[in-house]
Amino acid sequence: MYTQALNTSDAEDRHVEDADRAAQFQVRIDAEDRIEPNDWMPAAYRKTLTRQISQHAHSEIVGMLPEGNWITRAPSLRRKAALLAKVQDECGHGLYLYAAAETLGASREELVDLMLAGKAKYSSIFNYPTLTWADIGVIGWLVDGAAIMNQIPLCRCSYGPYARAMIRVCKEESFHQRQGFEIMLTLARGSEEQKAMAQNALDRWWWPVLMMFGPPDKASQHSDNSTKWKIKRFSNDELRQKFVDATVPQAQFLGLTIPDPGMTQNEAGNWQYSTIDWNEFNAVLAGNGPCNRDRLAARRKAHEEGAWVREAALAYAAKRRNRQAAA
Amino acid sequence: MATASISVSETPLVLYLLRRADDALILGHRLSEWCGHAPALEEDMALANMGLDLLGQARELYSYAAKVEGKGNDEDKFAYLRDVRQYRNLLLLEQPNGDFARTMLRQFFYSAFADLYWRAMMKSGDATLAAIAAKSEKESAYHLRHSSEWVVRLGDGTEESHRRAQTAIDDLWALTGEMFEADDSERSLIASGIAVDPATLRSRWLAMISDVVGEATLALPKSDWMQQGGRSGRHSEHLGHLLSELQSMQRTFPGATW
Repeated sequence: MYTQALNTSDAEDRHVEDADRAAQFQVRIDAEDRIEPNDWMPAAYRKTLTRQISQHAHSEIVGMLPEGNWITRAPSLRRKAALLAKVQDECGHGLYLYAAAETLGASREELVDLMLAGKAKYSSIFNYPTLTWADIGVIGWLVDGAAIMNQIPLCRCSYGPYARAMIRVCKEESFHQRQGFEIMLTLARGSEEQKAMAQNALDRWWWPVLMMFGPPDKASQHSDNSTKWKIKRFSNDELRQKFVDATVPQAQFLGLTIPDPGMTQNEAGNWQYSTIDWNEFNAVLAGNGPCNRDRLAARRKAHEEGAWVREAALAYAAKRRNRQAAA
Repeated sequence: MATASISVSETPLVLYLLRRADDALILGHRLSEWCGHAPALEEDMALANMGLDLLGQARELYSYAAKVEGKGNDEDKFAYLRDVRQYRNLLLLEQPNGDFARTMLRQFFYSAFADLYWRAMMKSGDATLAAIAAKSEKESAYHLRHSSEWVVRLGDGTEESHRRAQTAIDDLWALTGEMFEADDSERSLIASGIAVDPATLRSRWLAMISDVVGEATLALPKSDWMQQGGRSGRHSEHLGHLLSELQSMQRTFPGATW
C-alpha cells in the first residue's frame, strides 16, 4: 500500500513472443516445471494468472464483510475470538495473494482500484447476506469447503508463487472448514430453534455454493488455456461433483436436508443434483445479487475514508527521509 | 423472553478482576468493529491482532473471576448477562471508534498505561494474576509500539492528519484520569500486595506519552478536569449500544449453547 515504485505495471510484455519460446514454455509446463516470476512466459499466461490471482485476492477481502457482519454479535467469547481470527486470516490471504499478483508485474493499488471501480470480479458467493449466526457455520462448512475443493489442485498450479500461496491458504481454510462444521454440529444438537436456524441457512446457501464452481463445462470461457497451462487441473463440473459427494454424507450426519428433493445417488455412488439456476448466477455476476451494492460500497467507504491515513503515512515517511538526508 | 442479568458477588478481588476484564473486552470489541473497514489491509490485520490479544486477556480474567467468586458464573455469563450498570470498564475504552486518529489515540493512552500496569502487576502476590500480567505485558508492549508509531505519523504527517490527531487528544484527554484512580475496595488489595496502586504510575505514563506527543508535534491539553464513573458503573451513553449488540444472541436465545 505504501510502495509507490510498484504503481505501474508493464503495459506491454517486454519479451518478444516467438514460436520457439512458446514451445519451450509448453515443454516446461508439460514436464511439471514450476514457472517463476523472472522466467519467460507468454503474455496471455501472465494476463490469465494476473486476473485469476487478483480475483482470488479481491474475494478474500470482500469475503471479510459477510462474516465480519457477525463479529460484534458472536454468541460466546470463544466464538467471537475464533471468528475474528478467521476473518483476519482471510485478510492475510488477500495480502498474500496481492503479493503473488505483484510478482507478475501488477501493483496492489492498480488491482484494488479495478475492483473498486467494479471492473474486476470477486467471488459471487459474497454477494449473499449473513442473516443469522447459522450463516457463519454454513459459510465455514460449505463456502470454505467449496473453496478448498477449488484450491487444493491449485497447490500444483504451474505458477510457483501462486502454488506456494495456495499451500498455506489451504491449510488455514481446512481449519476454517472444520470450525464451520463444528458450529453446525452445535446447532444441530441444540434447541428446535437452533436446528431450524441451521436448516434455513443451508436452504439459502446451498445453490449459491454450487455456483461457486463456475459455469458448467460446456459454457466455461477460460478453461481451455488454463488446462493447457496447468493452472486448472479439474473442470468446474468435476470439482462440483466431488464437492457434492463429500457434502451429502456430512449433511446427513448433521440431520439437515439438502434443499434438492430431486437429488439421487447413481450406481457409481455419485449424488446427482438438479439443474442449477444459472439465471440467478448470471444476475449476481452482473451486479444484481442481494448485496453487490452493499459490498462495493463498504470497500469504497473503507478506501476513501482511509485515504487521509495513507497520505499521512506517506507524508511522514517523506519528511523522515528528508531529515535523514539533511542530517 | 429475555434472559435476566446475573447477580455478582463483588468481593474486592472479583470486582478488581471484572474491572480489568471489562477493560479488555470492551476495547477488544471496539477494535473488532474495524475488521474489514480499516484504512489499509495491514491495519485490518493489526487492529484484529490487538483485538484478539484483548479478548484473550478478558477471557482469562473473567474465568479467574468466576473461579474466585465460585457462584457458577463463567466468562460468557459475565460478558453477556450483565447490564450496563454492572460493567466496570474505563470510560475511555467504551468511546466509539470515530476516525482512525481517535481509535489510535484511545489505544495509545490506554496501552501506555496498560504496559506499565501489567509490568508492575507481574510482582502481584496472587500467582494467577502475576501470570496473566506477564502475558498481557508482552501484548500491551506491542500495542503501545504500534499506536505510538501511528500517533507520530498522524501528528507529523499532513495538515489533515495533524488536525484529526489533535482533536482526538482534546476529546479523549478528560477520560484518561480514571486509569489512575483506586477506590476503597481496590485499596484493600493494594495493601495486601495483590494489586498495584495505579496512581504511582501516573508520572511515568505522563513522561512516556509526552515524549511521543512531542515527537508527533502535537500538544497535551492544559485542562486537568477528569471524568470518572466507569469503574462504578456510571457509563457514557455509548456503552449501552455496544452491549445491546454484543449481548443480542444470549439475550434473544436464553440458555442456548453455541
